[in-house]
Amino acid sequence: MGQHVLLIEDEPNIAEAIRFVLARDGWNVSVQADGAGAVAAVARLRPDLVILDLMLPGMSGLEIVALLRADPLTQNLPVMMLTAKGLGRDREAAARAGVTLFMTKPFANADVVAQARALVGL
Amino acid sequence: MMPGTVLTGSRIREQRLAQGVRQADLAIRAGVSASYLNLIEHNRRRVGGEVLVRLAQALGLDVQVLAGSADDGLIDDLRSAVASGSDGGAAEIDRVEEFAGRFPGWAGLLAAQHRRGAQLERSVEALNDRMTHDPHLSATLHDLLSALSAVRATAGILAETEDIDPDWRQRFHANLHKDAERLAVGAETLVAYLDGSDQPQDGIAAPQEELEAWLAVWGWHLGEIGAGDAAALEGGILGLPSAAARVLARAWVAQAAADAAVLPLSAFLAAMADLGPDPALLAQRFGVGMLPVFRRLATLPGSRFGLVICDGSGTMTFRKAIDGFALPRFGAACPLWPIYTALSRPMSAVASVVEAPGRPAQRFAARAYCQITQPTGFGGIELREAAMLIWPDAGSAGPVVEIGSTCRICPRAQCAARREPSILSDAG
Repeated sequence: MGQHVLLIEDEPNIAEAIRFVLARDGWNVSVQADGAGAVAAVARLRPDLVILDLMLPGMSGLEIVALLRADPLTQNLPVMMLTAKGLGRDREAAARAGVTLFMTKPFANADVVAQARALVGL
Repeated sequence: MMPGTVLTGSRIREQRLAQGVRQADLAIRAGVSASYLNLIEHNRRRVGGEVLVRLAQALGLDVQVLAGSADDGLIDDLRSAVASGSDGGAAEIDRVEEFAGRFPGWAGLLAAQHRRGAQLERSVEALNDRMTHDPHLSATLHDLLSALSAVRATAGILAETEDIDPDWRQRFHANLHKDAERLAVGAETLVAYLDGSDQPQDGIAAPQEELEAWLAVWGWHLGEIGAGDAAALEGGILGLPSAAARVLARAWVAQAAADAAVLPLSAFLAAMADLGPDPALLAQRFGVGMLPVFRRLATLPGSRFGLVICDGSGTMTFRKAIDGFALPRFGAACPLWPIYTALSRPMSAVASVVEAPGRPAQRFAARAYCQITQPTGFGGIELREAAMLIWPDAGSAGPVVEIGSTCRICPRAQCAARREPSILSDAG
């Protein structure tokens, strides 16, 4: 255990809940509230998994994923995207950008934990 | 040959002339007024039931001879249904008239279903458009879903974590409370928004069609509006289902009033008697542009003129149909219509005779003109508006342009202007 997840989410209550359930599952959780510093945070923290929202202040989840995929160091990093928008178009764009897995809001805590584990091969 | 579009009124006239009977005499024999019979013969009044039976008796004919096999509007609707169907090839389009004649009830039902289907499709499109492009709705929904996600995640923790630390529990309770408030406000906003907005769900018709149906009820003639009528007119406008149609109606009413002011009815009728229905001469006589004359001609009381107006993109913005000249309900029309010739030659008078497909083919005179305006001044945008007057012109000789309604339901197989295949079997 002791896997490191970086959560990029601007909704403090969602961030708090996810942090709580993942921490209880044994994860080491870092939280970043805006999109602008997200890529730098990934480079600094070198997490095993990134969970991010689609709509973030500063920089959209889509752009962040595109930047991560463009960097050889993070091109294979598992990325779980939380999205409140069920719109096919945004999802398609995100899938093309390289999102590994989508989690549609409102999600069940158990699903987030199970999928996070699956993404890092636990 | 494709099934014809002979109208009942034309058949009556044909049979009467063939027998050498004067209109007035037939009217007396059938017990209708001569003027009413004249309207019937020119297909300006629908005829059926008892009157048709009396006319048939007076001509010594079986009523079926006059009634024909089926209503032409129904045939058009059936063709259009086939055109819009994903599997239109399966329908026996060459036997559409036989179908409508033998099973008028089923045919009517199919046509009605097709119209309803088209309306619903448009409603879905409108709603979809609204969901996709309405930033307020989208933002509110996003906010609601975010709050809901937080509530679900937090409530899940509280419900599933037995040994939760009291401090954490306290915090999650507070979060839950805050998010519940947010949900309440968001839901209220959403309900108010949906309630307060004009609902296009009714889906009766596109705004243009609502306007046209409403104008048809008024006999298309709004020109001479007294103070008393203005209230009735406004009442009618308020009764239109969609806000978009109400906006269009107000604009049309204002324009009709402006047209009437520069082209007063009695003077205009006198000038018509003097000059004939020549839009250019009439425009010159009154010192006005061509388009007001076009609109005035088409909206005189009992006018026999059909009118189509389009903008610079070729999109029809106004349609007053006349019998035998089919105007497509949706989408683009026949590229050979003189209105499009005019659109590409602004400020130039286009006069031609066109022939609509059918058996027999019907000829129409057409006058088209495109006006250019610079609503934002010199160097600004240039707007084009083209209009086309049409009226039956059976007797004309000389060159004729073979036109259609729209490619999908046009039988002219060899047409050089065809942009997509027709559903009609003999169109190849």
